[in-house]
Amino acid sequence: MAAVLAALATACAVGAWRLSLARWPWRAPRAAIFFWQSLGVTWGLASVGALLAFALAPYGGGVVYGLGAFADAVVSFGHGPFTLADLPRALALAAGLMLLAVLVSVLLVATARTVRARRRHRALLALISREDPGVPGVRVVDHPGAAAYCLPGIMSSDVVVSAGTLSLLSADELKAVLAHEAAHVRERHDLVLLPFTALRWLLPWVGVVRDAHSSVALLIEMAADDRARRYCCPRRLATALLRFGAAGQLPAPSGALGAAGAQVMARVDRLVRPGPALPRRCRYGLVTFSMLLSVSGPLLWIYPG
Amino acid sequence: MKGLGELERSIMDILWAHDGPLTAREVGRLMADRDLAPTTVMTVLDRLTRKGFLNRTRDGRAWRYEPGASRDAYVAELMLEALDMTGDRSAALTRFAQTVSGTEAEILRKALTELEEE
Repeated sequence: MAAVLAALATACAVGAWRLSLARWPWRAPRAAIFFWQSLGVTWGLASVGALLAFALAPYGGGVVYGLGAFADAVVSFGHGPFTLADLPRALALAAGLMLLAVLVSVLLVATARTVRARRRHRALLALISREDPGVPGVRVVDHPGAAAYCLPGIMSSDVVVSAGTLSLLSADELKAVLAHEAAHVRERHDLVLLPFTALRWLLPWVGVVRDAHSSVALLIEMAADDRARRYCCPRRLATALLRFGAAGQLPAPSGALGAAGAQVMARVDRLVRPGPALPRRCRYGLVTFSMLLSVSGPLLWIYPG
Repeated sequence: MKGLGELERSIMDILWAHDGPLTAREVGRLMADRDLAPTTVMTVLDRLTRKGFLNRTRDGRAWRYEPGASRDAYVAELMLEALDMTGDRSAALTRFAQTVSGTEAEILRKALTELEEE
């Protein structure tokens, strides 16, 4: 069972690496985002599960049963087939439990940080931003730079633009930008991205993790573009994107920025020259496969092998 | 009766516009809404202090309040986060487009000209 779980974890990592290089996800961003999520969850469960399955193999009966038996044994002071004298298994047990704790706590910490940053941002907005009769329902911040974003919240989300944005964009372009932001609000894209951001905080030096984060971030933007184009002219959304990027808001911060320009161009190309969407059966196939992948982790945990 | 958020705003605006710290009584006198109960002003000042937006110092039997930072500083803080330039890749916001560097901006500008000429 440990070998199966290890193979699954490896397959997920390799799959993530291949997926981050692929272009076809751009033709079905929503299905691809779901695939990414299932890859992430399964990778986590399979990695932890592989370590635990190896450690708890003497109990038989699978990971979940083994954990229960181990807990019983600990409570009754170590009666059972498992002894700490078996060093490799003891190390695997410690590593597995540690990995699980780290993955869970990094997600919690990332959530807490995000919530705190949003609360601060919302409090500042309440003091500084104003309503503009030209753009009802949108908060305006008086700054010449170009910024448009959504501040997600549980009860309500705010769409914010800077005064610089209002003077930079035409009315149609602004409408397109607002439609794009409304899509983010509606589909709670922030929640989709949060686990990937958390993983990136945990493992910033791992290439696959970085690529996974930026791939999902780009797919989210494309999904929002796709929804926005139902309500506005895609060409105006494209020119708004270019105008935004070209505005050269502030001196560029240090760090790899090469990807940002490429991502903007990829979105513009998609809007101006939309390729064929992925065929329906491919999309459904992908979603079905993602669902099977997502349940494979939990099933392998309880499988009494 | 104005909402609490609106009161906070107008009180911050008064304190930003004024040089030097003010007492609750002075803030009340500068408010457009003269009928505001002094306790209401005190409550709002207290809330803003607890949120960290105001600093207060003892002056005899009263407190004097002043903004923790200028309005421009807060605007700059918002914009830094809005443009994802705080350096921690915050997941707090979803942004319309990322910041790009100088040479890339040039490429985008060219693409924009082409698109507009089509």
